[in-house]
Amino acid sequence: MSGQKARRTDWYALSWRVPLIVWQGLFFVGPLLFMIAMSFFIVKNYRMEAAFDWGNWIKTLGRPIFWDSYFLTLRLAFGATILTTLFAFPASFFLSFHASETFRRWAVFFLIIPFFTSYLVRIFAWQVILAQQGVINAGLSLFGLGPYTMLNTMFGTMIGYLTLCLPLAVILQTFALNGVDRRLVEAAHNLGCGKFHTIFAVILPLAKTGFVVAAVFCFILSFGDFVAPYYLGGSKPPTLSIMIIDTSKSGQQWPRAAVVALMMIVTLMGVAFSAIAYAYRRRR
Amino acid sequence: MSLAPTRILLRIYIGILFLFVFAPIIASFVFSFNSDRFPTIPLGGFTTHWYEKAFFNAELLPAALNSLTVALSTALLSTFIGFTAAYTDYRYQFFGKTGFLILGLLPPTIPLIIMALAMLGWLSNFHASGMVVSIVIAHTVLCAPFAMAIIRLRLHQMDPNLEPAAHNLGASEWVTMLNIIIPFTRPSIIAALCLTAAVSFDEFAVSWFVSGLNKTIPVVILEILTGNIDPQVNAIGSVVLLVSIALVVIAQSLVMGRTRSTGTAS
Repeated sequence: MSGQKARRTDWYALSWRVPLIVWQGLFFVGPLLFMIAMSFFIVKNYRMEAAFDWGNWIKTLGRPIFWDSYFLTLRLAFGATILTTLFAFPASFFLSFHASETFRRWAVFFLIIPFFTSYLVRIFAWQVILAQQGVINAGLSLFGLGPYTMLNTMFGTMIGYLTLCLPLAVILQTFALNGVDRRLVEAAHNLGCGKFHTIFAVILPLAKTGFVVAAVFCFILSFGDFVAPYYLGGSKPPTLSIMIIDTSKSGQQWPRAAVVALMMIVTLMGVAFSAIAYAYRRRR
Repeated sequence: MSLAPTRILLRIYIGILFLFVFAPIIASFVFSFNSDRFPTIPLGGFTTHWYEKAFFNAELLPAALNSLTVALSTALLSTFIGFTAAYTDYRYQFFGKTGFLILGLLPPTIPLIIMALAMLGWLSNFHASGMVVSIVIAHTVLCAPFAMAIIRLRLHQMDPNLEPAAHNLGASEWVTMLNIIIPFTRPSIIAALCLTAAVSFDEFAVSWFVSGLNKTIPVVILEILTGNIDPQVNAIGSVVLLVSIALVVIAQSLVMGRTRSTGTAS
């Protein structure tokens, strides 16, 4: 690091600091803070007026349908997180412990692609694949099975969440496992610890932080996603994300949608912080 | 060598996982050339009908132009901001740096639908929603962290003595920036441009909220989806997928290629 000698204002240093602060301050912090204010605004004749009114909070949180939706969204997101973590593990375990360096490199290369390619188009493809007369049911009927209803069910929603989260989870878990000291694994084997037991007694505790981070990302992604529960889950009943759309798009009730959004942010922060606290807790 | 059956099972497992991840992408390409309105097994005949239908879709051309404008502007802006932030993080320690980094990296952890609502409220406040610029503003917020991360990775590979050496030889800060740092980080800058363009090109939630009548391609897709199953989406989707896959692959090759070459050099 080159130390700064002068005490006078370093314009060079400042000019590199300013763009991010200005842009994210104006267009990231600004909107989020404004949303807090907006949740107290009132709507008259489809127009929003600045006010300080607890009405939106009382009305939104006072409706049982909000809490139904809240706990449904929580359950779905937790379910997706657990499923993704479980489904990703054998793959990341293989990539980290059994695959060659080249194979691992290519696998990660391919797993990054879907994360940055149109989620919407992929969900539409699933809609066609999972339909009543879709590819899977046609395939199953060759064996005299089905047809099974997969669209507009919880199963459909979970397929969507997995599409969203699985590639990222495998990548993050693989990185976490790569950080595990191989000598400790060998030591466990030498001391007579079985292969399976080693995973739970040595490998997973060592890779805990990375696994929790991966799980937190899955939770955030599925908690906020509206495409999977809407287009694959049939939005029956709606999740919080769908509720935001319904409230803001059709009813012009931005303030009430802001209440829902703020409840989501508080929940996400709560989950993320407790998960990270758990991940960094010192082992006894 | 470890237990062979476990390895074989894991190999099959990872094959299935990749099949799951890529099934929708492959299906989209296959269905886009399939004559059936509801594609199933066995597949119908080959057709380019859906591409023709999409091509003559009056909504699509302006949307494509909007998407390109937004993706290009977003890529330039967010890569610039990402670069400044990555360089600041690489070079300086200062009071409030943790806050600076949080500001830089937090946006992707806020669900898009929430950002969409917040951005709509904020921009409408200044009568700045419903324009193409509104989408660019919002996308730059979302994309800058990715650019910052990629460029920061590259700066991490730079010899920390390089910059002080240039200073000692009499180069000013700005000359060093132009002649040492920017050339060294060029692959990551191009990678960041590609990746942020890809993210912007595919983003639909925020665009849907703030775009008003100036729809982008993902917004048009979203609106077609809300109607019936329309195989046109497969044709549009295949083109969209090709564009974003190409951008992501270029970005990755640049990042990975350079990582390897410096890995062998040091």
